[in-house]
Amino acid sequence: MPFERYVEPGRVALVADGPLKGKLVSVVDVIDQTRALVDGPGSGVPRQQIRLNQLHLTKFRLSYPFTAPTRVVRKAWTDAKLTEKWAESQWSKNLANKEKRAAMTDYDRFKLTAARVKRNRARTAVFKSLKVKAARSGAFGKKKVPKTPAKKQRTKKTSAAKPAKK
Amino acid sequence: MAPPQPKAAAKAPAAPAGGVQKAKVGKPRNYDLGNGIVRFSKTKMFHKKAKYKFIGKKHPKAPKDKKPAVVVKPIGGEKNGGTRKVLLHRRKSFYPTQDKIRTRSHHKTFSKHVRRTRPSLTVGTVCILLAGRHAGKRVVLVGVLPSGLLLVTGPFAFNSCPLRRIPQRYVIGTSTKVDLSDFKLPAHLDDTYFKKNKKSTKRSVKRKEGEDIFVTKKEKYVPSEQRKADQKLVDEAVIKAIGKRSDKKILRGYLKSAFGLRSSQYPHRLHF
Repeated sequence: MPFERYVEPGRVALVADGPLKGKLVSVVDVIDQTRALVDGPGSGVPRQQIRLNQLHLTKFRLSYPFTAPTRVVRKAWTDAKLTEKWAESQWSKNLANKEKRAAMTDYDRFKLTAARVKRNRARTAVFKSLKVKAARSGAFGKKKVPKTPAKKQRTKKTSAAKPAKK
Repeated sequence: MAPPQPKAAAKAPAAPAGGVQKAKVGKPRNYDLGNGIVRFSKTKMFHKKAKYKFIGKKHPKAPKDKKPAVVVKPIGGEKNGGTRKVLLHRRKSFYPTQDKIRTRSHHKTFSKHVRRTRPSLTVGTVCILLAGRHAGKRVVLVGVLPSGLLLVTGPFAFNSCPLRRIPQRYVIGTSTKVDLSDFKLPAHLDDTYFKKNKKSTKRSVKRKEGEDIFVTKKEKYVPSEQRKADQKLVDEAVIKAIGKRSDKKILRGYLKSAFGLRSSQYPHRLHF
């Protein structure tokens, strides 16, 4: 499968390392095999050169000619609604989740674990009851009729909604 | 500095006339750096105080009038010289042959050290114990003792960690805090209260006649009634403070559960 993303004018990339880590930039020109001229008028990055191994290429591409001045890049950036689109992307959401996780305190981690336990218990209970039902109705071949009434599954109320963090 | 001087001289005599006579006491500019060394050396102070100005200048001190040590008393009798010098105070009757052994005040002993507690460890902080038999438990910080040791409690009903002292090094302070501002630690809960009586716990368990002397006998630790009462008192306050919170149920579970690291969790990267 050929490459789908190239370092080319208009390519939007995420800076993965260095002082600009986490910022979105757009490639304006390719200086040589290791460096590119980038600009980020929508993310507060001044026009500068950056090493390519600091960049992670995204699927987004702005349309402007190479070596376009910042004002052109800015217009393309706003016209394409790049900041909004990036915020909607799964990649940025994952990054945000990671950040959230890293910022969690010990108590938060405990709360998360407790919520997960609650959720998993409820899920298991539902799954088991469905399984028993299916077995009785003959979904797994022969109809299975339990001699003794099926044990009631241990359930816990799922009162509190799952916390947003996951 | 010539002009202000006459002014001061003019003021000085006026002050006593006003009735309020206050001796002007200067503050020493030099100070101890805390380790027996003073900030300015002798030489530096010599210059600061401008002592060179006074060298060579003779200030004849008014001779103090000596208190008489003897009294001349007339005595009778022809051949006795007429008078005698009599000491006003009796001479000492005891002259030591050896110098007294003096106990010196040590510069720094451990008990005199300044104790500093980490800023994250305030009263009411939920701490994670890292050492001792209660390691891994989440406990509540109740106070800091003069020895610098932290005083923590489970509460006992939650995780069976009693009132206990622990060095702050062996504790992680979390950002979770219980509001213990109303609580005041009883004064008798000090370092001596928690000191273990080693004699009673270790060797001096008396053997009865005919008992096997090779069997080591240990007395089991049983908390005294006083301890139990204090535990109850402190725990009540802590539990009450927890009960006031909106997340009391979860917080209770939190204190009951133990801390542990999972894979790809590194304590230096975690927030607490």
